[in-house]
Amino acid sequence: MSLVAILSLLVSSTFVYSAPLIFTALGGVYSENSGITNIGLEGIMTMGAFSSIVFNLTFAGTLGKITPWLGALVGGIVGLIFSLLHAVATINFHADHIISGTVLNLMAPPLGVFLIKAIYDKGQTENINQSFGYFSFPGLANIPVIGPIFFQNTSAPAWVAIIMTIILWWVLYKTRFGLRLRSCGENPQAADTLGINVYGMRYAGVLISGFLGGIGGAVFAEAISGNFSVSTIVGQGFMALAAVIFGKWNPLGAMLASLFFGFAQSISIIGNQLPFFNHIPAVYMQIAPYVITIVVLVLFFGKSVAPAADGQNYIKSK
Amino acid sequence: MLKVTSRTKRILVPIISILAGFLIGAVIMLIWNYNPIQAYSSMFASALGNMNGIGETIREATPLIFTAIGFAIASSAGFFNIGLPGQAQAGWLASIWVVLANPNLPKVVLLPLAIITGIVAGAIVAGIAGWLRAQFGTNEVITTIMLNYVVLYSCQYLMQQVMPGSLRLDTDTTKTIAANGSLKIGWLSSFFGDSRINAGIFLALIAVVVYWYLMKKTTTGFEIRSVGTNPYASRYAGMSTKKNIMLSMLLSGGFAGLGGVVQGLGTYQNYFTQTTSLDIGWDGLSVALLGGSTAVGILLAALLFSILKIGGLGMQTIAGIPYEIVSIVIAAIIFFIAIQYVIGRLFKDKQKPDLAAAKIKNQVDNGGQK
Repeated sequence: MSLVAILSLLVSSTFVYSAPLIFTALGGVYSENSGITNIGLEGIMTMGAFSSIVFNLTFAGTLGKITPWLGALVGGIVGLIFSLLHAVATINFHADHIISGTVLNLMAPPLGVFLIKAIYDKGQTENINQSFGYFSFPGLANIPVIGPIFFQNTSAPAWVAIIMTIILWWVLYKTRFGLRLRSCGENPQAADTLGINVYGMRYAGVLISGFLGGIGGAVFAEAISGNFSVSTIVGQGFMALAAVIFGKWNPLGAMLASLFFGFAQSISIIGNQLPFFNHIPAVYMQIAPYVITIVVLVLFFGKSVAPAADGQNYIKSK
Repeated sequence: MLKVTSRTKRILVPIISILAGFLIGAVIMLIWNYNPIQAYSSMFASALGNMNGIGETIREATPLIFTAIGFAIASSAGFFNIGLPGQAQAGWLASIWVVLANPNLPKVVLLPLAIITGIVAGAIVAGIAGWLRAQFGTNEVITTIMLNYVVLYSCQYLMQQVMPGSLRLDTDTTKTIAANGSLKIGWLSSFFGDSRINAGIFLALIAVVVYWYLMKKTTTGFEIRSVGTNPYASRYAGMSTKKNIMLSMLLSGGFAGLGGVVQGLGTYQNYFTQTTSLDIGWDGLSVALLGGSTAVGILLAALLFSILKIGGLGMQTIAGIPYEIVSIVIAAIIFFIAIQYVIGRLFKDKQKPDLAAAKIKNQVDNGGQK
């Protein structure tokens, strides 16, 4: 295999596996910057995956090529609705954020499978016909070396995710909304004193995380798994959560961390096709992303540097 | 609004959460045209209606008691140990391996050896997270989640590649363990209609007492709880935070490991490849939350969960209602436990009104609008 071929295989599969993580991690960044810890990303992704697959199976015949994109949107909306549970519990009802997030994770897989059984009368869905597939940029794909590696047979959702990252970084750090959102995660009392609606901002944070997490799950289902079952989303949400922390609660950092996790995941899957990697026992490749996450957290972070009021309930006082 | 003592309130809140969870399940069933009354009656009938059902329900509760205690100890010290599935899995594989490798040891040696190995395996997995937290301040939520996956894939590898082929039936299943290392008790099983109930339940009852004694009557328990409540004050009082972090995680992982041990030596009598994190880990977490981390609460909550789970199987076969409704009900119950503050507001304390509480209530009443 030529170097360019190896690199293009590596880059394209990294992109495919990173895309769902980037979307979901961006959601996590917004939620945590508003002050609400969200370990329910896994559950949110599950609902996104479930709804997008149902949508895809139902409408692929009439909508054709655009189906997976609309499916991702539907996944986002369902994820947003699902995340309302977390928002109401943590913002209005003083629930512990970790327990409430755990409820999302406990709730989503059985709910998805129950609905699949109720709709299709079986435990998992058929495979979808309209998946994201591979995408080549017209024009850019013809650039020598760079073209085949980055722009040929690549993942369109990943490019959308990267563009989203830049937009969401800009929103979080350069706009009034972003500043207000972050102030609610750092010092809600002070934010409140300045007339910022802390509850409203925190709702925004959680709902954005629900929307993006739903899209993340949908992208995973429609680009990688191709159907929905109880084991469609197993750990991607937790990986995204790790990417949030790994990326220091910053959209750009979260994206880079997700790309890294996507790379580690794809190595474990395509490793046997690559020289050098095909000599490493599969188990090391499988556990590498998780071990590396732990090692990186230990080496580069030590004490966590989350937004100061992340995970704390804010009870408005008169 | 009912006026009750705070003690009654502590009991009423979980009961209302349970009822509300069942109600949510009923509503979902109604939406999808299933009959909730038929569902719940067939659930209770199959879990408690005959000796086999009762035996299976107790058997199902056994590992949950251990994993719930494991979760509760860590959370008393202020740690959210989500690594229970991995710790239990390590305990399961380790104990089965010991028994398979030494089938000829006498039971009095082999059984304790296997159990202790399982405890140690669980404790090591949790201990890694505890050590990283104590030494480097690494967030234990992330490390325990990551360790779950490390254990999941490592166990697959250890069993398929490292375990001698003579101990396995095929790549995915080990041989059945010898009676020397089993927790099975013949007369107990036959008394409960040939169910898989085993000696694990006696260990679980002992564990509940040990847990109660440890947390309520010993200095160790007191230190763990005070580190969890206020680490700064505890350090000022001369307690070592690091030591208590390590200790609570080791104990937590040890109990979770025991959960895996009874699953292996008691229920299944072998180990087979797992593709996802162990349910008993996640359920143990839920049981501890529902039981309010008290010894009696954990015991009752574990039984309730087992009734749901064993009954759910019956419900699926008898009434044709998807089993998943059970897990939805469980998640809903935990949701209501999480928002118990709201449920608690249905009742008024009988004692003279607590000023601070009244103030908070006042604030919250006005919190919705600006």
